[in-house]
Amino acid sequence: MRKLGGAALIAAIAIANPALAETHTIVPGKGAQERLQEALILAEPGDEIVLEAGRFELTDGLSLDVDSVTVRGAGMDETVLDFTNQQGAGEGLLVTSDFVTLRGFALENPKGDGIKSKGADAIVYHQIRVTWTGGPLSTNGAYGIYPVESTGVLVDSSMVEGASDAGIYVGQSRDITVQRSIVQYNVAGIEIENSRNAVVQENIATHNTGGVLVFDLPDLPVMGGGDVRVVRNLVTTNDVDNFAPPGNIVGGVLRGTGILVMANENVLISQNLLEDNETAQVMVVAYTQEFTDERYNPYPRNVVVQDNVYEGGGDKPQLPGAEQLLAALGGALPPVLWDGLQQGETPALLASEGTPAWSINLPQLGADPSQGSPTPYVAPVPEEAILEGPMGAPEELFKRIKG
Amino acid sequence: MRGRNLLALGSLALLGAVAVKATAPSSVQEEVILEDRLPRAISEFGFFADPASQLPARDVVPYRLNTPLYSDGADKLRFIYVPQGAQLEADGEGLLQFPIGTALIKTFAFGEGDARRLIETRVMLLRADGWIALPYRWNDDQSDARLVVAGGRLPITTPSGEEISYRIPNKNQCKECHGLNGEVIPLGPKARNLSHEWLEGMVSKARLDRMPGVHDTMPLWEERARADLDDTARAYLDVNCAHCHRPGATASNSGLDLRWEQEDPGAIGIMKRPVAAGRGACGLLYSIVPGDPERSILLYRLDSIEPGVAMPELGKGTIDQDGVTIVRRWIKEMN
Repeated sequence: MRKLGGAALIAAIAIANPALAETHTIVPGKGAQERLQEALILAEPGDEIVLEAGRFELTDGLSLDVDSVTVRGAGMDETVLDFTNQQGAGEGLLVTSDFVTLRGFALENPKGDGIKSKGADAIVYHQIRVTWTGGPLSTNGAYGIYPVESTGVLVDSSMVEGASDAGIYVGQSRDITVQRSIVQYNVAGIEIENSRNAVVQENIATHNTGGVLVFDLPDLPVMGGGDVRVVRNLVTTNDVDNFAPPGNIVGGVLRGTGILVMANENVLISQNLLEDNETAQVMVVAYTQEFTDERYNPYPRNVVVQDNVYEGGGDKPQLPGAEQLLAALGGALPPVLWDGLQQGETPALLASEGTPAWSINLPQLGADPSQGSPTPYVAPVPEEAILEGPMGAPEELFKRIKG
Repeated sequence: MRGRNLLALGSLALLGAVAVKATAPSSVQEEVILEDRLPRAISEFGFFADPASQLPARDVVPYRLNTPLYSDGADKLRFIYVPQGAQLEADGEGLLQFPIGTALIKTFAFGEGDARRLIETRVMLLRADGWIALPYRWNDDQSDARLVVAGGRLPITTPSGEEISYRIPNKNQCKECHGLNGEVIPLGPKARNLSHEWLEGMVSKARLDRMPGVHDTMPLWEERARADLDDTARAYLDVNCAHCHRPGATASNSGLDLRWEQEDPGAIGIMKRPVAAGRGACGLLYSIVPGDPERSILLYRLDSIEPGVAMPELGKGTIDQDGVTIVRRWIKEMN
């Protein structure tokens, strides 16, 4: 089925790339808002919009709704879309068309989200930077790079700093790769939510509240997140106090969380370097809140944690009774934390032999951590490898970043 | 036809109105609606016999909505043009069905009487390949409006006296509200939000095939003090929010569905947690907490003007105090 999808994709691209593609060059300066927006509107499929180096002062969100358009800046430090004086719209740039490539530019201080791509299939973000320049503040926008309800997403060599929710957030999507990017000073560095077939690899997540989150939540149009591979990331020193505006689900992320899986099924966490995340290097938990959505499974299922390297961490957990816990568990908590909840006989957590872990042993869903009876835990060893072979964004998207 | 137009022009001349440009057509140019191009000026369509006074050309029919979208207090003048030899078709309570060649025209104006200034006119044209939405900005002498695909900003004083930077949407922003499942659709002319009399008038002129079957007509906004509170609030939310907050539209990923016909309490936000609200949630946990408007995110965002928090995200430079009052009462009295 995925092969068919790939073939259809290539056919669509062939149609969408006419020979007469044009390049429209936009320079910063007076009237940039109108000139750039007009170019985005009047572009034809296949066209490239070039943003010259410099600072574009913008007052309103931009949007792109033409398929197969490339927006190319002079580099993530050279071309800056400055939204410091933004007066309207919910994001800096909204993309709603397919086969779009965004590369080599930055957004600073958008009032809402940075770049949102919704229902935008086969999108590439390459060397994109979104920064809230005031540091981690609850008044910053929620998401930096925000693809949602899309099939085929590649985020590569990008950077997000200061998002008050998640730096790179991919939601309700499928066939996703987030790689070789840096996320820092966000509440969540990278978050994959209610999505299928996602790869998070070779990123650096540091100085966030939590480094990498894999969530499945109720009450969304797209349900049933799973098949997520989190490999070869450096997840270090996520030590920023949670600055999410209260009421948001990530507001519950504890400072010092490395990789957090909540609900979800089939998640592979492997070959990561996890370092100095003071609450937990890896945390696997059930959904913590009440819900009524009958489609929703609140348990993590088949989360495999293996072959990671753990350094430090677990030494200043933001957990109730931290002092007693540290005393009982030898001065620092084992790197892998499980809340102790699983669905019947389906294992929540599996880990390679010798993985130091502990369980809070919660009595039931929604229980407060103080109701648990923590103990060291030896997770069952996975009987077979999961999520092997090609995964994530379609090959065509990787080819585009070479162009 | 010709005689009537001459009469209209003659009476305008007597009134001393600004002369219509000699080149402007005196009746609607159907080919301009249908052609695959973006007309640069509103005069090309011939929708108005006199632009400055917004006197419509022949066969351009004014209409109003029972409950309108709030637009910073702008006076909104709505017109529909149905092509010759074609008619609208009733389709239950929802949108009328439009023949190809239909044009919907909405002019935004501020100021009363002689001080009235036309700011922009947004048109939706039904072409062979679907609807297209275009914004036009009026010139200083109010004789014509030119296409502004990238939109624009200008200072405006609202009826409540607020000085705002008014936003004319760009062509893409038109689609943010008018988009549904990848297509552009009209929002206003739903049978349930049109008056019985207007619909009857259209049927009697054979511009509409039959009376639509409407069980629940939306209340008249100006009569909200006497109307059923639940109907009034739900009509307000449908008209002001549900173009995005519904399945298949811009805010579908929020899971909030504020359509008039939605009956699931969770879908309209009752005890629903936010999904991607960010700081828009302002520390509150639920979209709507029955009986407690001050703890309801929906009201908080309606009552905000701060970009990134304020809802709606587009077309709002001021808070709709009347709308806030109704929604606050509705949540307050909710059990």
